[in-house]
Amino acid sequence: MSVAPAHAAPAYDVNRVWRDFPILAREVHGRPLVFLDSAASSQRPRAVIEAVDEYEERHHANVHRGVHLLSQEATAMFEHARERVRGFVNAASIREVIFTRGTTESINLVAQSYARNRLQPGDEILLTALEHHANIVPWQLVAGQTGARVRAVPMDRRGVVSLEDFTACLGPRTKIVACAHVSNALGTVLPVREITRLAHARGAVVLVDGAQAVPHQRVDLAKLDCDFYAFSAHKMYGPTGIGVLVGRESLLEAMPPWQGGGDMILTVSFEKSTYNELPFKFEAGTPNISGAVGLAAAIDYIDGLGIENIHAHEQRLLTIATEKLARIPGLTIIGTAPEKASVISFTLDDIHPHDLGTILDAEGVAVRTGHHCAMPVMEFFGVPATARASFACYSRESDIDALVAALAKAREVFG
Amino acid sequence: MDLKDLYREVILDHNKSPRLFGRLEPADSSADGHNPLCGDRLHVTVRLDGDRLSDLRFEGKGCAISVASASLMCEAVKGKRRDEIAHLYGEIHEVLTKHDAPVPEDLGKLAALTGVREFPVRVKCASLCWHTLNAALDRSAQTVKTE
Repeated sequence: MSVAPAHAAPAYDVNRVWRDFPILAREVHGRPLVFLDSAASSQRPRAVIEAVDEYEERHHANVHRGVHLLSQEATAMFEHARERVRGFVNAASIREVIFTRGTTESINLVAQSYARNRLQPGDEILLTALEHHANIVPWQLVAGQTGARVRAVPMDRRGVVSLEDFTACLGPRTKIVACAHVSNALGTVLPVREITRLAHARGAVVLVDGAQAVPHQRVDLAKLDCDFYAFSAHKMYGPTGIGVLVGRESLLEAMPPWQGGGDMILTVSFEKSTYNELPFKFEAGTPNISGAVGLAAAIDYIDGLGIENIHAHEQRLLTIATEKLARIPGLTIIGTAPEKASVISFTLDDIHPHDLGTILDAEGVAVRTGHHCAMPVMEFFGVPATARASFACYSRESDIDALVAALAKAREVFG
Repeated sequence: MDLKDLYREVILDHNKSPRLFGRLEPADSSADGHNPLCGDRLHVTVRLDGDRLSDLRFEGKGCAISVASASLMCEAVKGKRRDEIAHLYGEIHEVLTKHDAPVPEDLGKLAALTGVREFPVRVKCASLCWHTLNAALDRSAQTVKTE
């Protein structure tokens, strides 16, 4: 008889985690739901749903405004959420943590408030070939406004962006580097720490799109040392409509407000307004308070499971799924970087991904199909679209088996 | 929801071996169709003989529904007058978008597409070719006008 030592971490019990997410128990088209689309938006655990409900039912009022009790409670909860976010990504100060509507808004904020005021004609904004449209289009807009150029570091056939290629593209006119931490379409994990180091050595400022990284791995901004880091709550078990921009305080201080309105000012007269201090300078208008409460609850939930445990669980699923899918005749995995998050893009024979998506859906299996808001990536691999299965903390090995069975069904339909 | 109703034999056959696939050169008019959501792209070229669509071809890439729909459409409209094509378009639009619309008898093989209406997100796949054809016909009408 052996007794586990008291300090040993409990084994990751995915069935218990699965039961924390009420939606996963539902049926679709008369079959049990197999949700493999968490990279688009993850589901919410009961703890997040209840935290938001509790806020709505007991504490809601506007923040930073009232002297009454509810406003004080709502403000305390909102600011507590900011501190939870700060700790979660190890930002230096809550002054660096700005709530936005999501990753997209965070990047647009930096493009318009930071880049637009600094870029000169001929300056370069350096992206990578695997970016999501949200990390391309805001830079094209600001390039159009300033005369700067957008360039992209190429990737290889595995979906890897090498540091050699990155260094080669980094030029004397590179003022901003903007890259994903993890590719949403391919799963590639980029070496953002090294990218940041190289960019800083050339005097460029670095923004990292962390939307696909934060739910899957430990993000330590003190170590990454990038200047801006953007992510969304709804990909990390929190609500939609809220996200975060963490920015270096010295840069944020020097940036003008992006939007004007309430909460971001100290004094207003018709001649002149003075702006509030960080982070409120960038939070015009009533914020998404319940969203912030839900995000804090999502962070509590992730911390409860342990992000390292989630990472190990998902990596195990990624390995199993990669092996099982690779065995299917005619299946091609798009994105084969050695270091990947739990995302698998693939095509099957010449069955169009949209047909695959419909057939899988009829089997209860939800995957994303399409260009994944990364049309340059699809163009590079010469496919109009892919199907994408993505795993989260609640994904089970049986989900992979259901996917494999549904793919067999698709081959059957298409002969 | 029955997959067999969506992927009928006729659909699978036209997807595998699309009819009137290619490009007419020279053509009297042409148009591109693009569904940005799924990346489907179609190019339709037409030849006109007065009011009559004497010949047409389509080429492009897309899902089984969009390819089969384009193939079936080309077969159905070839040799028809503009008003007949407009009538057919009205009918196919009706059965694709209205859940309980009766299937007109003169729809012929196009009736194979009626399963699509049980899959609302796929209706656009089936209708892309019709919008593209309409654009090509409208363009030819405009050309006639300006001349």
